[in-house]
Amino acid sequence: MENLIWILLSAMVVNNFTLALFLGLCPFMGVSARVETALRMGLANIFVLTITSLCAWFLNAFVLPHAPYLRLISFIVVIASLVQIVEIVIKKVSPALFRQLGIFLPLITTNCAILGLAIFQTNRGYGLVEGLFFAVGAGLGLTLALVLMASIRENAELASVPELAKGMALVLIIAGSLSLAFMGFAGLLSSA
Amino acid sequence: MRQTTPQADFLRGIWRENPVLIQMLGLCPALAVTNTVANSIAMGVATFFVLMGSSLLVSTFKRWIPHEVRISTYVLIIATFVTIADMLLEAAVPTVHKALGAFVGLIVVNCMILGRQEAFASKQPIGRSLLDAAGTGLGFMLALLMMGAVREVLGNGTFLGFSLFGPNFEPWVIMILPPGGFLTLGLWLLVLSWIERRRAESAKVAEWPAGVAQRRAA
Repeated sequence: MENLIWILLSAMVVNNFTLALFLGLCPFMGVSARVETALRMGLANIFVLTITSLCAWFLNAFVLPHAPYLRLISFIVVIASLVQIVEIVIKKVSPALFRQLGIFLPLITTNCAILGLAIFQTNRGYGLVEGLFFAVGAGLGLTLALVLMASIRENAELASVPELAKGMALVLIIAGSLSLAFMGFAGLLSSA
Repeated sequence: MRQTTPQADFLRGIWRENPVLIQMLGLCPALAVTNTVANSIAMGVATFFVLMGSSLLVSTFKRWIPHEVRISTYVLIIATFVTIADMLLEAAVPTVHKALGAFVGLIVVNCMILGRQEAFASKQPIGRSLLDAAGTGLGFMLALLMMGAVREVLGNGTFLGFSLFGPNFEPWVIMILPPGGFLTLGLWLLVLSWIERRRAESAKVAEWPAGVAQRRAA
């Protein structure tokens, strides 16, 4: 159990997907202008990451031992199709939830965080339960990074920024500072 | 669609529409593996190979790819080439392959590659598509090198492993760590927009778009 908690914490803060591993940067740059949108994007990410982890575990356990060269192709095809199916199901079952998460789902599917999770999970040899904890941790980490970034950007809008730095340069430098702050969590892992 | 010359197709991606520095595509690899120049080059070459291969196939088969499933088809083609690149790298340069880790596989989701297929290779003849892919691939390599050079020189005091400043240099370790990636790209963007503004002011042709002015000058 302790091991599982560490996997979760490590994926969430120490090796934060966005700020330490640079995965999922597109939504991080694109959808981080408002806190509310960022939060919904984060939730949608947790959801898709969990499905991804299940898919990756299934493929690793039953399909890929027979055809290892299909790893990348099968990951991407299976994950994309399953997310599509889940999207249709949610639309039917819970239109309210679909309105909250729906627009983000197709965007997320080809996000590098998703494929990254599947590859990392495979490389580290995580089983089903470990994989799920890893996915939820990674999702929470993405949400945390997105919400932090959005809160800072909402405030930065009111600040007087030099004309040159407006736009992406400012966002990147803020991200750099956030990433620097998250480096502080590195000590957590060494005590484990 | 505006008619372009083959030369413009090639040159456009290298600088004026540079995928990383201008379009902000393919940021994951541009930030993640650029802590040394050698890694930047390996990633640049691998991406170049995948981009050329995918553009060639997509452009060749554009008539037979049904419109409704085109994105999935592009992704499959790209994934095939990434698998080839992954295996080639592992066989030829195992140490670099190890250093790049999961990021070789993640070339599949580099939005720059999918973007070129959707925007160019699926509509243009094969020759043009290859030129466009070569230009974009070189632009990507150039951006990775700009990142990698700054980060390795400042963060490690070396360039391609050769020591530059002697033993007394205190390396800025932060530059080869993750925050250094964000900061370096942020600073490059600042430098580029400063150059752009200087040029706009001195050329006194502010009413022309930047691209027109450049082409006239060339």
